[in-house]
Amino acid sequence: MRRIRAAAAGAVTISLLTAATACGGGSSNGGSNDSPKTLTYWASNQGASIEIDKKVLQPELDKFEKQSGIKVKVEVVPWSDLLNRILTATTSGQGPDVLNIGNTWSASLQATGALLPWDAKNFAKIGGRDRFVDSALGSTGAEGKDPAAVPLYSMAYALYYNKKSFADAGIAAPPATWDELVADGKKLSKGGKWGLGAEGSNVSENIHHVFVFAKQHGADFFTSDGKADFTNDGVVAAVQQYVGLMSKDKIIAPGNAEYAQNQSVSDFAKGKNAMLLWQSASANLKSQGMSEDAYGIAPVPVQSGTPGTGANVNSMVAGINLAVFKNSKNLDGATKFVKFMTSDAEQKILNTAYSSIPPVKTAQEDSAFNTPSNAVLKDTLAKSAAALPQVADESQFETAVGTAVKNLFAAAAAGHPVTTASVKAELEKAQQQMPKK
Amino acid sequence: MTTTTAASADSGERTVRKDSPGAARGPRRAGRIRRIGLPYLLLLPALLLELLVHLVPMVIGIVMSFKELTQFYIRDWGTAPWSGFDNYKISVDFSAPVGEALLHSFLVTVGFTLLSVGLCWLIGTAAAIYMQDTFRGRGLLRALFLVPYALPVYAAVITWVFMFQHDNGLVNHVLHDQLHLTDKPSFWLIGDNSFYALLVVSVWKGWPFAFLIIMAGLQNIPGELYEAAALDGAGLWQQLRRITLPSLRAVNQVLILVLFLWTFNDFNTPFVLFGRTAPESADLISVHIYQASFVTWNFGTGSAMSVLLLLFLLVVTGAYLLLTSRGRKTADV
Repeated sequence: MRRIRAAAAGAVTISLLTAATACGGGSSNGGSNDSPKTLTYWASNQGASIEIDKKVLQPELDKFEKQSGIKVKVEVVPWSDLLNRILTATTSGQGPDVLNIGNTWSASLQATGALLPWDAKNFAKIGGRDRFVDSALGSTGAEGKDPAAVPLYSMAYALYYNKKSFADAGIAAPPATWDELVADGKKLSKGGKWGLGAEGSNVSENIHHVFVFAKQHGADFFTSDGKADFTNDGVVAAVQQYVGLMSKDKIIAPGNAEYAQNQSVSDFAKGKNAMLLWQSASANLKSQGMSEDAYGIAPVPVQSGTPGTGANVNSMVAGINLAVFKNSKNLDGATKFVKFMTSDAEQKILNTAYSSIPPVKTAQEDSAFNTPSNAVLKDTLAKSAAALPQVADESQFETAVGTAVKNLFAAAAAGHPVTTASVKAELEKAQQQMPKK
Repeated sequence: MTTTTAASADSGERTVRKDSPGAARGPRRAGRIRRIGLPYLLLLPALLLELLVHLVPMVIGIVMSFKELTQFYIRDWGTAPWSGFDNYKISVDFSAPVGEALLHSFLVTVGFTLLSVGLCWLIGTAAAIYMQDTFRGRGLLRALFLVPYALPVYAAVITWVFMFQHDNGLVNHVLHDQLHLTDKPSFWLIGDNSFYALLVVSVWKGWPFAFLIIMAGLQNIPGELYEAAALDGAGLWQQLRRITLPSLRAVNQVLILVLFLWTFNDFNTPFVLFGRTAPESADLISVHIYQASFVTWNFGTGSAMSVLLLLFLLVVTGAYLLLTSRGRKTADV
């Protein structure tokens, strides 16, 4: 008897396992409203730590629960894990209901077909497409398709500079062109201190910078029909100019080639670097004990003239989007949650906490986002920022080119020259890693 | 781990033996069915789990390697179009970039594995032989030796990451600031040096296992052999060569095979040390395949590479076992 029971238990366990594996390959189309009282939410790590994020988000989620009766279980996912976690959730169909995605991944994740498309009907449920700023909508999916996500936080790159270091070196105003930046950087790189900080081993950070440099050289990483084109002269010149800040101009410390954990932000807060090219760094700098009047914020330099469109683009459209998994068990609740998070009131609270800019027009007009520093970011987003290529291969492109730049920084740090040929060779290798079509 | 498995296998055997005479007491036919059926019934859960945990994923992996599996199909990978041997052709076309990178990574891994296993074995053997003699503090030292083996991999390797930092790391502090061995601080986590950084961590992590196994092997060599040899005038070196090493032969055979497979397939160490994209000089094959699958989102090609790796390891293991067992037979004769 006991044996039979054991065998039965074994059989049950195995059938459960089989069921679980079977679910793994499953792909139910369209969600339902089977569990209307709960939602799971993956938030990306925005603050200086995961704990800080939880502190910021929890009161807001409690507010939502009071309003709607829906309990939101939040998990803050570190950046390094987020893309893989999303990919796994896509394959298994066991993802959260609502999630944050880096806005540059929109088109890649759209291609998997796992995210709810934001057509006119869905947009109507959250107050309409017109509520959002155009530049932010530009990185929510491939052109000509319904967006795969809704903008949540917008960010732009700016030049952060240490006022005291500038005064000590006798520099009156922040640099507006790269020549000026290099000249200032040389004055500042003295006595163990350096002109500029960089994050050489951070693949995403690398891609954001070389994208802007490429724009300034009038070049793109993809042809108009979406084919990878990493080795054209403009791109090569762009990458060489960026890595050259370390290898040729010597205004970035060689040690920065190894940085991937925001060490350059810490260096800036400690006064080791006088300048930093970063997106929405204020909250991070504050948490590291740098007071707001110790640094100034200026637009990222251009080759000549003033920032604008075309060759005077000086930032990517950075930011976070909010997406809904298509097979959510609470599609109505998920939409309600998106509406809540993009409401004027929440936009003000969240974007203030993360020192980002609301992608919602009405929220952006609030006085909190009109301080001199925010004005620079807002201006950049409105006039001189461009979205990274919205192609399905975007995430592969980030890794391939970002790694090429990482390798070039490693060579520069070891004292090897960074030549047109060596840049071209690395980019060639990156291009060949892209999926063939 | 080895002990647990052995113990449970033992007890399983005992249960069967205890049960069988009792079963024979019942009616004859039922008894026979039970006697023949019971072992199979007891094996069934293990077989089924083995099927689920190892064989099914392996078959799925092989199927995937024949498909064009990219982000467009991962949500429902069954619908991905068949691509025949394309993924394999791409992987082994050594004149094209993907194959060239795979070959490079393979060669790096072979070199790395040979060095790492060799060093692990050498240090482990030396330490085990040294620890044979009783002396004060031997227990403590033995425990200390096993620390790297007992630590969680992630915690241990992340500590190494801190030590290898260019600006604030302990390694550069000692080599450059204190001993003045280098004219400027070196990079250990990027560029060419990363191979040595990886090797150091791998050996540090791997040798205690060799030490443990060889120490156990040494316990089985009768002391009289050494006494007799010493009487015959054999020195330490002679004793080592003529008694210790031949007696450890069987132990070493398993040890080296296990070390080889672990090191060749090690993913944790390079991943924690270098992140998603390893420097070229330390591009081990497991991370390389991970990158092909999960970073480039080309799961079909990644699967094909995995299958090729599996075949290679099967061939090497088979050849190794064949050679070593033949060696033993001739030795016995």
